Amino acid sequence: MLATVKRGVALSPELRPGLAGTLVLAFVSMAGRVAVPIAIQQGIDRGIRAPGGPHLGTITVIVLLTLALLAVSTLAGYWMTRRLFTVSETALAALRTRTFRHIHDLSMLHQQSERRGSLTSRVTGDVDQITQFLQTGGVMLLMTSGQLVVTTIVMLVYSWQLTLVVFAAFVPAVIVIRLFQKRLAGVYRIVRERTGVMLGAVAESVVGATVIRAYGVAGRTEKRLDTAIVDLRSAQQRALRTSVTSFSTGEIAAGLALSAVVVVGVLLGVDGGLTVGKLTAFLFLVTLFIQPVQIATEVLNEAQNAVAGWRRVLDVLDIDPDVADPDQNGVGLPPGPLSVRFADVSYRYPGGPVVLSDVDLEIAARTKVAVVGETGSGKTTFAKLLTRLMDPAGGEVLLGGTPLTTVRFDSLRSRVVMVPQDGFLFDATVAENIRFARPELSDDELELAFVELGLGDWLAGLPQRLDTPVGERGEALSVGERQLVALVRAYVADPDLLVLDEATSAVDPATEVRLQHALDAVTRGRTTVAIAHRLSTAESADEVIVVDAGRVVQRGPHAVLLAQEGSIYASLYASWLEQTR
Amino acid sequence: MTTRASQDVLGRGLRVLRQAIRMEPRLFTIGVAGSSMFGLLVIANSYVVGAVIGRVVVPAFSEHRAGARELALIAVTFIGISLLRVASIYGRRLGAGFMQFRLQARYRSAVTRRYLALPPAWHQRHATGTLLSNANSDVEAAFAPIAPLPFAVGTVVMILAAVVSLFVVDWVLALIGVLLFPALFLLNLAYSRSMSPRQIRAQQLRGKVSAVAHESFDGALVVKTMGREADESRRFRVHVSELRDALISVGRLRGLFDPLLDALPSIGTLAVLLIGAWRLQQGAITVSELVSVAFLFTVLAFPVRAIGWLIGELPRSVAGWERVQAVLGASGDLAYGEAGNPGTGPATLHFDQVSFAYAGSADVLHDITFTVPAGQTVALVGATGSGKSTIASLAVRLVDPASGHVSVDGVPLPDLSGAALARTSALVPQVPFVFDDTVRGNVTLDREDIDDDAAHQALRLAEAEGFVSKLPDGLDTAVGERGTSLSGGQRQRITLARALAGRPRLLVLDDATSAVDPRVEAAILASLRGHDAGASILVVAYRRATIALADSVVYLEDGKVVATGTHAELMASEPGYLGLVTAYEKKELVEEVPS
Repeated sequence: MLATVKRGVALSPELRPGLAGTLVLAFVSMAGRVAVPIAIQQGIDRGIRAPGGPHLGTITVIVLLTLALLAVSTLAGYWMTRRLFTVSETALAALRTRTFRHIHDLSMLHQQSERRGSLTSRVTGDVDQITQFLQTGGVMLLMTSGQLVVTTIVMLVYSWQLTLVVFAAFVPAVIVIRLFQKRLAGVYRIVRERTGVMLGAVAESVVGATVIRAYGVAGRTEKRLDTAIVDLRSAQQRALRTSVTSFSTGEIAAGLALSAVVVVGVLLGVDGGLTVGKLTAFLFLVTLFIQPVQIATEVLNEAQNAVAGWRRVLDVLDIDPDVADPDQNGVGLPPGPLSVRFADVSYRYPGGPVVLSDVDLEIAARTKVAVVGETGSGKTTFAKLLTRLMDPAGGEVLLGGTPLTTVRFDSLRSRVVMVPQDGFLFDATVAENIRFARPELSDDELELAFVELGLGDWLAGLPQRLDTPVGERGEALSVGERQLVALVRAYVADPDLLVLDEATSAVDPATEVRLQHALDAVTRGRTTVAIAHRLSTAESADEVIVVDAGRVVQRGPHAVLLAQEGSIYASLYASWLEQTR
Repeated sequence: MTTRASQDVLGRGLRVLRQAIRMEPRLFTIGVAGSSMFGLLVIANSYVVGAVIGRVVVPAFSEHRAGARELALIAVTFIGISLLRVASIYGRRLGAGFMQFRLQARYRSAVTRRYLALPPAWHQRHATGTLLSNANSDVEAAFAPIAPLPFAVGTVVMILAAVVSLFVVDWVLALIGVLLFPALFLLNLAYSRSMSPRQIRAQQLRGKVSAVAHESFDGALVVKTMGREADESRRFRVHVSELRDALISVGRLRGLFDPLLDALPSIGTLAVLLIGAWRLQQGAITVSELVSVAFLFTVLAFPVRAIGWLIGELPRSVAGWERVQAVLGASGDLAYGEAGNPGTGPATLHFDQVSFAYAGSADVLHDITFTVPAGQTVALVGATGSGKSTIASLAVRLVDPASGHVSVDGVPLPDLSGAALARTSALVPQVPFVFDDTVRGNVTLDREDIDDDAAHQALRLAEAEGFVSKLPDGLDTAVGERGTSLSGGQRQRITLARALAGRPRLLVLDDATSAVDPRVEAAILASLRGHDAGASILVVAYRRATIALADSVVYLEDGKVVATGTHAELMASEPGYLGLVTAYEKKELVEEVPS
């Protein structure tokens, strides 16, 4: 736990400046709390029990001095909180942004191994927990332990014997509370787990509402939901019972301490070892002593959660972006159309089977190549290696004769563009989605791009043309229309190598025709590698590469491959034909 | 304007609390009883401390002797009070907590039951994320003030008792209390009032930051392949900075109020010391009373904060409650009828002059009339937006028509009971939905009379048996949330098997094989054609092979049936149909690579 905090602070250097000042202010603001018991002691011993009756003048001086001290400590409290929030929020905002960037820099494989939701929590909820910890938990822990120390010092000054008595009452309580701590951590973990199960069940009732209705199985889902909801409730109740029991231990200790202090105090005072003021102050000090103990037990739990959040953030930052930008050590791609070379390339997923082996081929600049094969044959892996979303396990990929691993990302990403299967769109307008590739383009230039791809009429048919919002993930558009927008986005990026990962899902024929025309226009004059699911794409390509079980088994123009009787391509084509005619 | 709005929030918040109390009166009573007892014990403890100092300590210290019986009595009193306090804390916290958890659970059940009862049309109008937070964080927010509620009520009792006891002691000292307690209360009120808009804003900005991060990670591949990481980080940073500033302003407010709330009771104690000494000099009070009152002011400060917490939670509570009520009050239920299963063997589906419009938009379907005769396969063909999926939804009564009738074997669908409807028809939707369950659970859905044999047979028909048998635990393999461990095609085949397992008399396929490889699709369709379950089939299709298998075709344009007939007839008579179906071929003719 401590190691995590240490590393966390090291990774957020913004936390450190002014820390000493903030600590001093915290100390001063806390000193105000012991001022009142001291004033009570002084007031009773020097004022009220002054020889010859209560002496108002002395008391007035004591009260005024204490008020001045309170004013100072209140001001210190104000400054301390202000500084604390400014520094911690600034530091953690920077941590959020840094983690966000780091997640984008991770290789695709790492990004996809995590669920999207959990990556989002790394830059939201987890960081919020750290702030919570720093601002309430951490500070309270610091303040209360400070309060504990200062209270102890004041008590020791008044009477070491009574201090021992207080400790004797509290030490067993602290030990018991520590034991509860472990149980509490366990029961709260169960609460969190059951919250997750409950949320999952709720999500199912929302996302699967149609299916549940169509099959008339609402009863089954209700039973499931009720179980999850009731399980969560009973876990919450158990956690609360444990927490209250732990809290009560402190109450009992306080009662014990109070009674022991009075009994022992009277016995000491009878011998003249203690004044009335000091004993009275002690009773006030004991309440100041319970607070930190009780607060600390509550805060420690939160602290554990917060540190767990911090660790999750650090764990993400620890993942090495294994497909890294060579940056200034890298080179740019040579100008002009790009050729592609795979030199003995093989690939396997970490801990998984080999998906591509011994791929050795060359694709000349400006040619259109279609890669075909059954699902799982390795054709998509081919595209990912080509765009350096992954690095090969063996061999090398070269573009224009330059090894891909030595190419700077700014050069690579501006010259090589991939259109992924689902053509992801952001929740913005059509124009903003296209400008994602080239922010500087004007509306006129964007419209021109649509016209050049034969999509002018499609754009004109949209309710607000370029300013039409596409909805969350582009869902206001049909699948085919989303692909159109993704294609225009790739077109304005003006790449020298275009990699198309064709969508598998059906597109209605009218959009399909538009898509094909646009594709022809986009690919004209560029080196194009299409991962084809529709063999019509293969038919119109200059060359077809057939992948089967991770190996290239056939290569050549469509007509030639088709003529090879009994070949894999011939059978793929025959089955596709059967579907469309 | 603002004050009126916030007073309104206060009023509405109190109404929520009243409702909550009415639902859990027993737990509320326990909580308030515990809390009031706690308050009274705090006051009692102060007076005991004062009495001990004045009546025992002072005489003992002056006379240098102490009675053992007196000391024993003191010890027992303090321990007794603290035991009673523990009991009161149990009552207060468990009463409040259990009340809160029970209300949350009850409303989560109620909200999710509405989700299951409301028709798909309603679901389509609400974003998934919103519905999730209605059942989770909105329910939580609605009942968040329940936690401090009994504490706050008990604190009011305690303050009243404290003021009364102060007047009994001395009216001058009581005046300090009369000034101090309202001041504390007002300060807490001001704190909560000025805090809650800031916190609501911070919460909104948090939501925005989360939405931006979620979208950006969702589109990570596009960001990466377009090399836009730096720009995305800039976009994210703008929102993060806004959130940071909002949170810092929350911090400033805390910095202002927290130390003041700490200082106020201390000032009260000092005032008691000064004025008390003066009253002592006049002989109006005793040392015991002075110490009691001073002690009282120190320990009373903390509970007063509970009132602030309660008021601070109210705006959030009202917002959450209103969102929850919107779900609970949503109308548009599709109630089931009473009629049982009308027959056996393949069903006849009939659409009679059916029109349909989604809420607030123009008609999607006009005057649709067609029949799927028993045992036949009918294909629905039309361009995107022509209304095919809506017809599929109407056929299994996911929605009801605006006018006209849909009937099975002559029985209007709204007359059928839920069970009869589920047994009669099965829909395989475009996007497959897989439950977080085993393969078996997903296929059988715990429906009666579907045993393992039936499940296997359905999987075989859906061409899913091959991959299921290769899964680590076969039928018992858990498929994960939304079936993440399966491919799109595998998910579609599982949902197809789910439909077949119920041996429906009418099968509706809404482009249900789109994610399946053409080869596999051909095999599935062939087995559906040849299978002996005896179902009528209504199929939404794009691929020609699918259309070719149908006995007849219903061709749609802009929500109207343009023509009905066999594929060959429509090819000959309908140029629009011809154009649509042959779009692939046309394109291929233009682009054929010269060999």
